[in-house]
Amino acid sequence: MNPLKTFTTVTILLLTASGAAHAGTTLDAIKKNGFIKCGVSDGLPGFSFAEKGNYNGIDVDVCRAVAAAVFGDPTKIKFTPLTAKERLTALQSGEIDVLSRNTTWTSSRDSAQGLNFTGVTYYDGQGFLVNKKLGIKSAKQLDGATVCVQAGTTTELNLSDYFRTNKMKLTPITYDKSDESAKSLEAGRCDVLTSDQSQLYAQRIKLAKPDEYIVLPEVISKEPLGPVVRHGDDDWFDIVKWTLFVMVNAEELGVNSKNVEEMKKSTNPDVKRLLGVEGDKGKDFGLANDWMAVVIKQVGNYGEIFERNVGQGSPLKIQRGLNALWNQGGLQYAPPVR
Amino acid sequence: MPEPRVPHSNLPPPTSTTGVVGWLRRSLFSSPLNAVLTLLAVYLLYVTLPPLLRWAFLDAAWSGEDREACRSGGACWVFIRVHLDQFLYGFYPDEQRWRVNAAVLLLILGAAPLFVRTVSSKFKVRLGLGLLIAYPLVAFVLLKGGMIGLPVVDTSQWGGLLLTLVIAGVGMTAALPLGVLLALGRRSRMPAIQTLCVTFIEFWRGVPLITVLFMSSVMLPLFLPAGMNFDKLLRALIGVTLFQGAYMAEVVRGGLQAIPKGQFEAAAALGLGYWKTMGLIVLPQALKLVIPGIVNTFIALFKDTSLVLIIGLFDLMNIVHNATTNPAWLGFSTEGYVFAATVYWLFCFSMSRYSQNLEKHLYTGHKR
Amino acid sequence: MAEHAPAPVKPPFWNDPWIRAILFQAIALVVTIAFGLYIFDNTQANLRRLGIASGFDFLSSPSGFDIIQSLIPYSATSSYGRVFWVALLNTLLVSALGIVLATLLGFVIGIARLSKNWLISRLALVYIETFRNIPLLLQIFFWYFAVLRAMPAPRQSLNLGDMVFLNIRGLYLPAPEFQTGFGWVLAAFGITVVLTVLLARWARRRQRATGRQFPIFSIALALLLGLPLLTFWLAGSPLVWQIPELQGFNFRGGWVIIPEMASLLLALTIYTATFIAEIVRAGIQAVSHGQTEASLSLGLTSSLTLRLIILPQALRVIIPPLTNQYLNLTKNSSLAAAIGYPDLVSAFAGTVLNQTGQAIECIAITMAVYLTISLLISLMMNWYNRRVALVER
Repeated sequence: MNPLKTFTTVTILLLTASGAAHAGTTLDAIKKNGFIKCGVSDGLPGFSFAEKGNYNGIDVDVCRAVAAAVFGDPTKIKFTPLTAKERLTALQSGEIDVLSRNTTWTSSRDSAQGLNFTGVTYYDGQGFLVNKKLGIKSAKQLDGATVCVQAGTTTELNLSDYFRTNKMKLTPITYDKSDESAKSLEAGRCDVLTSDQSQLYAQRIKLAKPDEYIVLPEVISKEPLGPVVRHGDDDWFDIVKWTLFVMVNAEELGVNSKNVEEMKKSTNPDVKRLLGVEGDKGKDFGLANDWMAVVIKQVGNYGEIFERNVGQGSPLKIQRGLNALWNQGGLQYAPPVR
Repeated sequence: MPEPRVPHSNLPPPTSTTGVVGWLRRSLFSSPLNAVLTLLAVYLLYVTLPPLLRWAFLDAAWSGEDREACRSGGACWVFIRVHLDQFLYGFYPDEQRWRVNAAVLLLILGAAPLFVRTVSSKFKVRLGLGLLIAYPLVAFVLLKGGMIGLPVVDTSQWGGLLLTLVIAGVGMTAALPLGVLLALGRRSRMPAIQTLCVTFIEFWRGVPLITVLFMSSVMLPLFLPAGMNFDKLLRALIGVTLFQGAYMAEVVRGGLQAIPKGQFEAAAALGLGYWKTMGLIVLPQALKLVIPGIVNTFIALFKDTSLVLIIGLFDLMNIVHNATTNPAWLGFSTEGYVFAATVYWLFCFSMSRYSQNLEKHLYTGHKR
Repeated sequence: MAEHAPAPVKPPFWNDPWIRAILFQAIALVVTIAFGLYIFDNTQANLRRLGIASGFDFLSSPSGFDIIQSLIPYSATSSYGRVFWVALLNTLLVSALGIVLATLLGFVIGIARLSKNWLISRLALVYIETFRNIPLLLQIFFWYFAVLRAMPAPRQSLNLGDMVFLNIRGLYLPAPEFQTGFGWVLAAFGITVVLTVLLARWARRRQRATGRQFPIFSIALALLLGLPLLTFWLAGSPLVWQIPELQGFNFRGGWVIIPEMASLLLALTIYTATFIAEIVRAGIQAVSHGQTEASLSLGLTSSLTLRLIILPQALRVIIPPLTNQYLNLTKNSSLAAAIGYPDLVSAFAGTVLNQTGQAIECIAITMAVYLTISLLISLMMNWYNRRVALVER
């Protein structure tokens, strides 16, 4: 069987000619390719949104930060827009190296689907977006409503659970693309749009008359969103995980993209370690010694990317809320660089 | 002496059977039922056509830069004008678009002699085969770049009509040879080959294209060894080609079946082997017989390219659909779809017309 | 001493066509099997390496999501296996309705295309050339996103006699509710059908034997309508209509045709009808004109000519490509995935695949279903072809 197998492998390799990547570790393959393949959303303002081929958003910046960590250059990246349906298989199959596409961390994804979540970029929860004209104040009043929801998401499951536990009648309409849900809400095909709250804010600014719609106060689920990598490649997992932690630590220590050079002179040992002035924390990851400083300098700390993409510096104007640092009443907490 | 009877010169036919009146009577009012149908049809046209024309032309907005220009109540063609570049090239970088134009121009120039009657058919065949082999390579280098000093434009940036044409073009050039091989296999006398080909053909013909595309996008990666990866576009192309190849095989098989046995026997008597018999005697006749079927398959393939929307490729269909969800331009779906429909229609209709002409031109039998 | 002719030189074995054929087939088989094993092996390795679950156990676990339209009882607590049946039935429903409507429209247009009336035949031509050359998916989008989105909100529904309501959420129809005693009506209907069949047989036999005709059509119609209606009245009208009512957000009660299904059905019907029309036209034209002339000279009226002479011969030409179109329509119904109608591809190969992550199993099941449908139809087709094949001398 073995020579035959080699024969067929060779034939197929010859036949395909294109895109056959190196089969070693993910990091080796990335370094060989010269760029990171990052899966993002197919259009969600604030998280990942393409304008004339340029991607912007918090999920996009996470990928940029990883590229900065590996190559020292946040542009060495190839974005692949994915629907909710495609995203997990795209990662499993190696079409992308990291999935940063507002994906909820759940037990079955961590186990049966062969994925590793590297952390939480955004603590979210599912909510409802309705037209003000309906005069609804609470999700409990939604009995009999027609609800638009994105197919193949945890949202779809939470929705059914919520209506069932509250003994309400539900008519769900499922679309593959979030744009189609928004369009349907606007046209009146459905009464309510349900999604993670962050997405609801993002969808709302895409509507023709955003002011006519409100997000209901109920949050019906926990949706920790974060970047995902494949099972079985721990080094790569560590890099993506710690890129995120570096950004959170930077905010906590008051280091941002503007003051990073000055801060290198800081006497604070935590800052010194973070910026690679002291110790050799980079080598342990197989990266340049100052990679953390490069990430901060070129992409920014967590607070910066939050405010720039979804916070006060953006049309979405989302409050920090759960996503504030742990010492400011939020949940964002990163292990120390030590 | 009685006058010889001079026959009266022929009278003209009654006015009611000639000219406009005669035509009207014959073709519109030949019976009461026909008269009623005619009146109904005229009423239908009266109800639909004027508002349609008013919407599409008279009241339509042609100039302007944003939706403010579209308040006339007619069609908002501004929407199309503003997005036209995107519809044609997708996300292909602005400054590199000349490469797309060059590729198209090259194809038109290269293929033009094929459509001129006076050019000798021998030259046509050579040119055709040459184009078939060389053009895809040239076009690929031009579009993708990375060689001869052209910057790389990744296939994820290809879109719009460009992508539709790429998928259709590659599908057509790859599906025809695959179809011929499969058809030959199906007509083969070797049971194993025959079974393999029949299974292959019936499998692809039995499932919808959309499941094939799903398979190519979510299953194919799992079939390959770790680390080996196809471009998303290439995967869609493989799916489309295998699918249409099976349909093509059935069309070609129809032609093969129509070739009389005497042709095979004559070829064998001349001492020709299998491939020579097929290549020189049978296939030229068989393929000529089924040109309409082949073109029909091409038309089907062209329309089917729109399905790549479902796996997230930005072909013409998807890019138009996407533009209609643009918040700045909400409410112009109809204009977008009408534009896309017109483009698809032009391509498909001209292909079917061309095949009808060709059929007439190649007809060498006797017409009763 | 007899001279022997030199023994004929045996050609080398690789030039023996028989051996060549065997060798060639063996290579083809080995390559195919090796390729199959290679894929299987890779898949196994990939699944193991990535830690993705496999097998069909997931079919019995609860799905956890709702589906907008289902013909059998279904809720979020039902299993993924149940989702499969719901989705399959939705596919079959929309295909069956599409087949009926497309056949009707296709025959009308096909006959109109041959009409002596210039205007009618031109209109039919324009219809065919327009809709045949536009991708089906585009037509579905057009109906769904451009036309049906222009319907009014539930509160401003178009109201037909307080029974039927049309709005952006769908077409609401009164639903029949069967009371006890409706069984009698059904039984009466069954009995009438049997009676009618027997009567028709008797009438045909009598006509063959004696030439006397029997007005079978009108009597059968009277029987089929009369007897069940009579029973219905005798049983005390055991049927009430449940009328849709506006409650809260939506209409409740009655039957609803959701816009997802309506637009899919519209597009499938209009698109497939163009192909059927062309098939019908070709079929009728394939019957030689001499047949019509002969029949007219025998004194048959033109409607009898159409019914007894042309149609039976045309149908032989029409039916095989027609079944092909039915098959295409069924496969094309999978485009439902683009607008969220919960058919097999959308609900099963889409949502279930996503919730479980078991791509291979879900796609394999889906493909197997479509393959089964097309094989069944092909078998039926072959049987029909054998039955109607011309018996030649």
